Amino acid sequence: MSLLEITDLKVGFDTEDGHVQAVRDISLTLDEGEILALCGESGCGKSVTAMSIPRLLPPATTRLTGSIRLDGRELTTLPEPEMRQVRGKTVSVVFQEPMTSLNPSFTVGYQITEVLRRHERLSRQAANQRAVELLELVGIPAPVRRMKEYPHQLSGGMRQRVMIAIAVACSPRVLIADEPTTALDVTIQAGVLDVFRDLRDRLGTAIILITHDLGVVADIADRAMVMYAGRAVEQAPVAELFARPRHPYTLGLMNALPSAAVNGRLAEIPGMVPSPLSDPDQCAFHDRCRFAQDDCRASRPPLERQGDDHLAACFHPGGQS
Amino acid sequence: MILRIDNLVKHYGPVRAVDGLSLEIGEGEVLGLVGESGSGKSTVGKCVLRLTEPTAGTIELGGRDITHLSRRAMRPLRRDVHMVFQDPFSSLNPRFTIERIVAEPLLRHKVTDRREVAGRVAAMLEKVGLRQEMRKRFPHELSGGQRQRVGLARALILEPKLVVADEPVSALDVSVQASVLNLITDLQRDMGFSCLFITHDLSVVEFLADRIAVMYLGKIVESGPTAEIFAGPRHPYTQALLSAAPVADPARQRERRRIVLGGDVPSPMDPPSGCRFHTRCPLAYDECRTSEPLLNDPRGSGHPAACHLVTADRVPDAAK
Repeated sequence: MSLLEITDLKVGFDTEDGHVQAVRDISLTLDEGEILALCGESGCGKSVTAMSIPRLLPPATTRLTGSIRLDGRELTTLPEPEMRQVRGKTVSVVFQEPMTSLNPSFTVGYQITEVLRRHERLSRQAANQRAVELLELVGIPAPVRRMKEYPHQLSGGMRQRVMIAIAVACSPRVLIADEPTTALDVTIQAGVLDVFRDLRDRLGTAIILITHDLGVVADIADRAMVMYAGRAVEQAPVAELFARPRHPYTLGLMNALPSAAVNGRLAEIPGMVPSPLSDPDQCAFHDRCRFAQDDCRASRPPLERQGDDHLAACFHPGGQS
Repeated sequence: MILRIDNLVKHYGPVRAVDGLSLEIGEGEVLGLVGESGSGKSTVGKCVLRLTEPTAGTIELGGRDITHLSRRAMRPLRRDVHMVFQDPFSSLNPRFTIERIVAEPLLRHKVTDRREVAGRVAAMLEKVGLRQEMRKRFPHELSGGQRQRVGLARALILEPKLVVADEPVSALDVSVQASVLNLITDLQRDMGFSCLFITHDLSVVEFLADRIAVMYLGKIVESGPTAEIFAGPRHPYTQALLSAAPVADPARQRERRRIVLGGDVPSPMDPPSGCRFHTRCPLAYDECRTSEPLLNDPRGSGHPAACHLVTADRVPDAAK
């Protein structure tokens, strides 16, 4: 049994414009010590999928069905007081923007020890000591001094490290990192990715990494799921995915990278993402796909096995007719 | 030369955003100005457009010194240089139609014949790949990629000699980014403008730029032809930058030697003595802490670097 099992997850939101279906039928598993990348472009549902796990979506307007089991325990129906024990302790989150997710009026030390005192019931002194260790773990120099500083006194990379320190304070089984390096400079990004790798290696933390950056996926993930219009269109171990992308959208993303230019031209993906308000029974990518045929418009291709541990939702994987 | 910047300095109070920078852009040339946050790259762009007053140095546009021109004297020259901004959401007036936004530079430069304006706007929209029915739309009705096309149309309608583009594709998704980058390439080739392309994204400049200048803490540390910089970076910072950007190929990425820089970028309020990179450079030695290396090109190959370790027969290797 996997550490985390998501089955047939559907998430929608009631909005002024009607019901927006952000996630449609996502199933995935995550093992201990595994780094799974959720990738895709804006609005594909990658963040909503991940934020369903700690239930960080607005409860009043969110319509969620399906099952999320962590260590065999169903999270979707867990009473809120118990969920609070899971959040921050078993499952924790690192957000993209470290400036807005740290509280500007408390010291770094306070914000780390708060978690430890709440979840681990540590004394003030023990929590302080542990907090210094955590800052060391994420590679912050002079941690004792940093404890007394406020977020505005830290650089972006240091703030993101503090966020990670808070997120891993209670040794979570699952760490969700939502575009954790997108706001960071590339020389800082490399160091932050090393921190994730190190956590996985030393503590066996399972990580869900939400990213649009295929370079980051190639660097750190074990497995990747590519999402499009709320669905998984492809899933495979990373080496396999990059060597043999089966879904035309995955292929399109890879070919659209500036580094993939051929004769000074980039491969474009024509057209636009379909509206999340409707969901006809056809391939959501068909009108942008150069391999599309009549069957792609007639029904929706299911996510099917394309080889060992490789799934794709396409009637013409790799462009075959 | 379309643009010549000589020893430009721009201080915002105590912040030394640009601290002695020189560069040139030739006719029809695309120069990629690369740097991380706080390097001062955007400030250079703002100085070129005179959106901010340079503290010292000179800026020549088409051979004319524009550093201290009054607003009024600057006005006719604004035909020749235009800007494309990063954020296509906040750089377009939400109350104007697309037609009005794109026509604005024409009106400012006294092109008022209604038929001529409409004709030039229609032609420009076609050039940037926007359908004519977009003319009556408002910015909020457009996607990010379409808005960036509007930004390009507005910047190019007066057929400027120089376009300053500050991170024009950074807010876009990869698939949209690809089409905007192709468009910029096409427009640049057809219209022949020169371009100062400011970005943090190395893969974008590798695709687009003829030449690259790398900035660190308000100064250029290395410049040269794009292919040469990528094949043989000379400055340890450029080497670190190139090695840190992950490539979308797991087999290759996991084999690469990476140079992980210690510490953080120092504050531009109090830049380090000597070489500004010495606090993070794995190769720094005593001289780097005390004496500032100047850009030098010992082989005369148009590829200077500001590092004491770059000599005629030796290039440092920060990965060692």
